[in-house]
Amino acid sequence: MALASEVKSEEESIHGIPKTRGLFDKEVLLPALKDSFVKLNPKQQVKNPVMFVVLVGTFVSLYEAVVNGSLFTWSITAWLALTVLFANFAEAVAEGRGKAQADTLRKMRTDANARRLNEDGSESLVPSATLQKGDLVVCEAGDIVPSDGEIIEGVASVDESAITGESAPVIRESGGDRSAVTGGTKVLSDRIVIKITAEQGKTFLDRMINLVEGANRQKTPNEIALTILLSALTVIFIPVVVAIDPFASFSHSQVSIVILVSLLVCLIPTTIGALLSAIGIAGMDRLVQRNVLAMSGRAVEAAGDVQTLLLDKTGTITLGNRMASAFYPLGEVDERELAEAAQLASLADETPEGRSIVVLAKERFNIRERDLGSSYSFVPFSAQTRMSGIDLDGRVVRKGATDAVKNWVLSLGGSVSKELDEISDRLAREGRTPLAVSDGDRLLGVVELKDTIKQGIREKFEQLRALGIRTVMITGDNPLTAAAIASEAGVDDYMAEATPEAKMALILKEQEGGKLVAMTGDGTNDAPALAQADVGVAMNSGTTAAKEAGNMVDLDSSPTKLIDIVEIGKQLLITRGALTTFSIANDVAKYFAIIPALFVSRYRGLETLNIMRLHSPTSAVLSAVIFNALIIIALIPLALRGVKFRPATASALLRRNVLIYGVGGLILPFIGIKVIDMIITTLGVF
Amino acid sequence: MLTLLEIALLLLALAMTWRFLGAYMADVYEGKTKWLGFVERPIYKLLGVDPNKEQSWKRYSVSLIAFSLVSLLFTYFILRVQNLLPLNPSHMKAVTPALAFNTAVSFVTNTNWQNYAGEQTMSYFSQMGALAVQQFVSASVGVAVAIALIRGFSGSGSSTIGNFWADLIRGILYILLPVSAVAAVIFVGQGAVQTLGGPVTIHNALNGVTQTIPRGPVASMEAIKQFGTNGGGFFNANGAIPFENPTPLTNVLSIYLLLSIPLSLTYTFGRMVGSVRQGIALLGVMVFFFLVWTGVTIVAEHGVSPALDAAGFHSQGAGNMVGKESRFGISSSVLYNIASTQTSTGSVNSSMDSYTPLGGMMALSGMMLGEVTPGGVGSGLYTILLFAIVTVFIAGLMVGRTPEYLGKKIQAKEMKLASLGVLIMPITVLTITGIAMLVPSATGAILNKGPHGFSEILYAFTSQGNNNGSAFAGLSSNNTFYNVAGAIAMWFGRFGVILPSLALAGALASKGVVPATSGTFRTDSALFGALLIGVILVVGALTFFPALALGPLAEEFSKGRLF
Repeated sequence: MALASEVKSEEESIHGIPKTRGLFDKEVLLPALKDSFVKLNPKQQVKNPVMFVVLVGTFVSLYEAVVNGSLFTWSITAWLALTVLFANFAEAVAEGRGKAQADTLRKMRTDANARRLNEDGSESLVPSATLQKGDLVVCEAGDIVPSDGEIIEGVASVDESAITGESAPVIRESGGDRSAVTGGTKVLSDRIVIKITAEQGKTFLDRMINLVEGANRQKTPNEIALTILLSALTVIFIPVVVAIDPFASFSHSQVSIVILVSLLVCLIPTTIGALLSAIGIAGMDRLVQRNVLAMSGRAVEAAGDVQTLLLDKTGTITLGNRMASAFYPLGEVDERELAEAAQLASLADETPEGRSIVVLAKERFNIRERDLGSSYSFVPFSAQTRMSGIDLDGRVVRKGATDAVKNWVLSLGGSVSKELDEISDRLAREGRTPLAVSDGDRLLGVVELKDTIKQGIREKFEQLRALGIRTVMITGDNPLTAAAIASEAGVDDYMAEATPEAKMALILKEQEGGKLVAMTGDGTNDAPALAQADVGVAMNSGTTAAKEAGNMVDLDSSPTKLIDIVEIGKQLLITRGALTTFSIANDVAKYFAIIPALFVSRYRGLETLNIMRLHSPTSAVLSAVIFNALIIIALIPLALRGVKFRPATASALLRRNVLIYGVGGLILPFIGIKVIDMIITTLGVF
Repeated sequence: MLTLLEIALLLLALAMTWRFLGAYMADVYEGKTKWLGFVERPIYKLLGVDPNKEQSWKRYSVSLIAFSLVSLLFTYFILRVQNLLPLNPSHMKAVTPALAFNTAVSFVTNTNWQNYAGEQTMSYFSQMGALAVQQFVSASVGVAVAIALIRGFSGSGSSTIGNFWADLIRGILYILLPVSAVAAVIFVGQGAVQTLGGPVTIHNALNGVTQTIPRGPVASMEAIKQFGTNGGGFFNANGAIPFENPTPLTNVLSIYLLLSIPLSLTYTFGRMVGSVRQGIALLGVMVFFFLVWTGVTIVAEHGVSPALDAAGFHSQGAGNMVGKESRFGISSSVLYNIASTQTSTGSVNSSMDSYTPLGGMMALSGMMLGEVTPGGVGSGLYTILLFAIVTVFIAGLMVGRTPEYLGKKIQAKEMKLASLGVLIMPITVLTITGIAMLVPSATGAILNKGPHGFSEILYAFTSQGNNNGSAFAGLSSNNTFYNVAGAIAMWFGRFGVILPSLALAGALASKGVVPATSGTFRTDSALFGALLIGVILVVGALTFFPALALGPLAEEFSKGRLF
């Protein structure tokens, strides 16, 4: 997270979600400083039991300072107050980054008038803000889409960069899975009629603004459980500290209230208490940075718990579409003849597979594209024939599924050698798709179509397996091909010839066993499965139904994103756990600073416990309090960025984090307090 | 003296017991053991209980609390009217209300704190019919709670955690009674007293002194005193008097008995949740603490007592023998006392008050860890499971998953209950000890000034708050304040942990099981054991460090200076 490089001009950042600002961006810091004081409002403080105790302690200390003030009591009071302010500041910085993003997004909300289509077919200009659900509006080239809706008429290219950051325009058309348009995007060509599907204030943009702002952030289940633990750790230290007073009076020893308050503040888990909400906000923020909008923090947490990932083959595991990779001529047929026929059949075929055949023919035999003139007729692929091809100068060239072409040739009176089935079966077993090619009643051979497995995907799945996550590849391919690709990519399981119903059944089966399931989807028929999955990531390019059913939307529409989401979910929990451990481990050193200071005047021997050799009781207590406050500031960057996460088994992760945050948390304060003590002593005040 | 042979035999016996008693207990509570069915069935009929009808955690708790309250009243009543009841050869008077209340709470809560000297206060009927009865039933209640909590883990999506009455009766009938009967016979064989014949009067013609020597049904009580981790002896001197603990064999037998159930329950746990390794992880933690605490205390007691040394009594390498029986020696005394303080038994064979400050602190701090090392019968297991849940929660976060223990998700509700169960003890102990410091009748009851006196009060409430019953001595605690405050500490220390544990059992039982994957944090690993040790240590140390600093630590570092 570089600091300087991410300060972008307003002009640039309006495209897509504005990038996060650096940790020390002054546009975030200055308002955050102000908010640190605003947040002193007891109504806000009481929501965080740990920091509330610190606030009360500050007032107790302040009272003592006013009544019988000394430099020591005033110093303690000041640092206690700073502890509270630092906690507020951490939260304010985390929120501030979101607010800055929200402000930029707000500018995208269009105030222009919309062209509402009346029932009689006439148009009237109305302010966008008055549009109702179900209204029809017209957009032409250059218009900004006034609100979320569904295209019911026409086709247009749309610039969605305002939402996705992707500058290449996309095609949106009525019917099918590409009919949704989002308010704030710009129509570049043609004319479309849009049926508004969102109520005012509930558009996608509104939800995005709410989200990055954390307007109605609710504590997640895990955060609630942790808050309970932190409250318990706060509650227990109250009798611990309060009891010291009678204990000491029995021992004929005097303890000052200020030192007791200092001890209490040092013992309760202020570090994690101060940073907890910042960690949560920053976790959501990290998702937003990767262009994922989570509809709730609960969903982000669930992502960390996911045990089964349903991944679409195309786009996630394989690169886009299948490509022609080899020609297999039958019998006496020359390979070049096959290539030529295949190329001919594909010349007018605009599908990616078709184009790849033309490319392969050129690569292998330098067969150039020719001008077909006007005397040809292209036979497009249909679900019935499962073939496509060309009729040209009396030649009838076809390519298609093996059995379809076989039947076609037989029906023309041709013969089919057994070799065809052998090649086809072999290719299918290897995960390739065979495409038979015929010229008239002659079967020429087979074109091999190959899926390209994404680079590094195998390693990714291995990491996921280490994390205990099972990957299931979802594909429409036949079982043979699916099995081959699955084994090449290294997924744990696959579902071939998948239908939305089968997907749904798989999710239910996994969930029955107690597992949490994540999936991506974009079509309307994916909606039930998206809703059923614990983490359902809808592609932004998908239908409104899909987007509403899922609990996250991926603006980049990249199926690989699911893996990132899981890691962010885990990182969020790990950051909380690590800082909790750190906070508790810190207590040991603070005890060794404060306890000898409390009682050494009564029991001289307790000086033995002053293993840090701190200068004096007052400097020891003050050093502990200062350390306790400064560590909050020092850890804000870690809280916002999250603990470093490397996929590994639970044991390895735990060992690493216990070592860094547990053992480190034990040792660091000994050093920190000693250094602060030396500084204070050098200043010569105490 | 403690020989290596004794230690080897003790370890071997405990290892065998862990395996076989552990498995046997699982069978008993799963209702598979029926050899005493002919006794068991009529009891259910009499009580009107259907042993196969499972209870929700609420019904289980209501049954348990109701039973304990009735036990309390029953015990109190007998002590109050013991002068009117039979088997009172020494004509003991009725026990005073405050003492009877304290004693009743003490035995019902498996604490066995004794603000009285048994041989001077209790009739035979009270010892046998009131106190020893509670030694059986309170132990069985403890195990029942542990079993109920285990069922919370092993059950899936059910709303019930077993039947309290069946658990109570099976524990007494199949486990406590048979073993105690055999052990009592061994005690008698070794020379422990067992008679209803009343005290004997002996006239020593040589010095002209007439002595009355108290006797009674001692051996029978001795067996369950240890096996049920009760600790309340017939005599005031407890395990130090030969009538209770006559020989080195009975000394080792006592240690064996009091460790048996608490350790074996980890096997029972492992078997009932389907993985013995899970039980071994808990066992490892218990054994670790036990060995460290015993080792440090043995070293401390073999060293120099600072107060004696400062006063000019040099032990010349013999260690600190003050307050220890020479027939047991230092190591055997320490082993007995540490085993007893760490199992919440509280019986003693040497005087804790005379231990070195460090040695005394080990006994005290062992209790402060929450009596989980291995703790009392049942209570040790259910309390360590509460700690395990807290550990799993923190560890689970650090691996990036909603924490699970044995496939059960640990969420807000579980955290609330586990925290409550873990914190009730330190809060109770610190609050009541703090109050005691402000009450003149409390501070006036100590026999020593300065940090040692502080330790005496702290020890008393730590012992009662943990349902241990071990006494440091040096405290004249039979007054109204100690009787009432102690009863409160014992009641909260017991039921303040039992109720959250049962609620937790209910919450866990109703949850489905999450299948384990390599992303699941393993709770049967050494790493988990180490973390659990850390959590137990940190919770204990952080809550009691200031108190320890003013007590044993101040005394230790004062190098023998008296106050």
